[in-house]
Amino acid sequence: MAVVLRGARMLLAHAPGLVRHGSKPARELARDPSLLERLSGRLRTYEAAAVYPPNRVFLGTLAPDALAAIPRPWFEAGGPTDARGPHGFIVPEEALYGFLKADDEFDVIWLDERFAAEARDALAHHPLANAEDLERVGEGKPVSAIRARIETEEGQPLVLRDGRLVGCVGRAHEEDGSLAADVLLENLATKSTAVLALRTLIADGLADPATLPYVINSGEEAVGDRYQRGGGNLAKAVAERCACREASGADVKAFCCGPIHAFVSAAALVASGIFEQVAVVGGCSLAKLGMKFQGHLAKGHPVIEDVLAGFAAVVARDDGRSPILRLDAVGRHTVGAGSAQQAILEALAVKPLEQIGLRLGDVDKYATELHNPEATEPAGSGNVPLLNYRLLAALAISRGEIGRQDLGDFVARHGMPGFSPTQGHIASAVPFLAHAVEGLTRGAMRRVMFLAKGSLFLGRMTQLSDGLSFILERNPRGTMQQQGKED
Amino acid sequence: MELKGKKVIAIGERDGVPGPAIARCAEQAGAEVVMEMTHCFV
Repeated sequence: MAVVLRGARMLLAHAPGLVRHGSKPARELARDPSLLERLSGRLRTYEAAAVYPPNRVFLGTLAPDALAAIPRPWFEAGGPTDARGPHGFIVPEEALYGFLKADDEFDVIWLDERFAAEARDALAHHPLANAEDLERVGEGKPVSAIRARIETEEGQPLVLRDGRLVGCVGRAHEEDGSLAADVLLENLATKSTAVLALRTLIADGLADPATLPYVINSGEEAVGDRYQRGGGNLAKAVAERCACREASGADVKAFCCGPIHAFVSAAALVASGIFEQVAVVGGCSLAKLGMKFQGHLAKGHPVIEDVLAGFAAVVARDDGRSPILRLDAVGRHTVGAGSAQQAILEALAVKPLEQIGLRLGDVDKYATELHNPEATEPAGSGNVPLLNYRLLAALAISRGEIGRQDLGDFVARHGMPGFSPTQGHIASAVPFLAHAVEGLTRGAMRRVMFLAKGSLFLGRMTQLSDGLSFILERNPRGTMQQQGKED
Repeated sequence: MELKGKKVIAIGERDGVPGPAIARCAEQAGAEVVMEMTHCFV
């Protein structure tokens, strides 16, 4: 049975007040509290984040190739500040805190009374919020209670961009590090961003909450307690908050290539007939907020890593229109493949294409590591997408598909500029999902490959890397229908 | 650069050259690799 990707939606949440809780800023601020003033002074407004060209590409207002034509620095570019793009919303921080509270089942988050009213107002005007969300935000707590909780429970303060204290996150157990306030904040942020992405998918008619049978979450969070750190199944918690009452679910974990593993698993569940459709979701990586902030401060740039991201997509039975997810050409980096970049890309790109008689040049676009270079370059981390595209081009050269002089042209034609926030698993290939669906249905694309790598060695359980890839192709039945209409 | 007799710390990156590859090159050039690792910078 053929399987399609019916659609995908993206989510950005502007979170300048949470940047201090990112792993790198939190560690540096603990060492040198005086850094906070400099960091706070370089946090962007909501409008600056909304107009930022890479964010507009992420939400579908701009095409990736259009970004390449915009001179850098991109943070100086003007343009529209729409809260909604074709592929999703950018949510202001006041609404984000409201959604965090609405998604909080254990009174972990306290908002102060004045801000709770502001958050309810923000949600009342947000298309993704419902009446129950407003009720769940509640009336808030006195600010004195919030200050006391921060002091006595090692609570995490919730502040706005301007530093105003508006709430806190408390711990859920006195002795359990897995239920400490900072861990719960991370997990709730992941939950809320995944919920908002799935709600967007539902609001756009791409998924029906009443009939959706299964959700796979693919984020890098670790939900659990001291006896099952990372026990997981955030998928079901996300489904619950999207009124998917018939759904069950589970998490697929594989570092940054978790989403690609999740899509292949979802496609297999549909192809086997177990489920008619499966939603794949991923929430944010709060720990990566401000990851490169020192580079940005040193260069006088704004702190670019100020947004949380999420995505949701639906894999379903062939509808005769949506792009086909080819299960006969899944690329995988095996244990024995070796860790050199050439070996990884041969396993992920060359081998699956050879399986179906294709060459590297037969893929219109490669969606790989799509990290925004404006986030990484000031910190000396290079242009990650460009490195990967050059390696793909080098493989095409070594295989005799193109000449050495064609390297730049291959990169421009089959690659794209990085436009994703450095949100771990989110940045790995999936930001191009909705663009690919458009290009493979209404556009001229024939084939897109999604490939992602996972740095397993970071967990100290193996020295290995990981990687997986899949191909989306224009639906031949859709092409026949289109030709029929044109005839 | 003369690496013979030198001690080398090889730090590779996920999207570039991995640590073990740098270490093997350094060893071939006569260096003693005292530490090798691969990092992910994103």
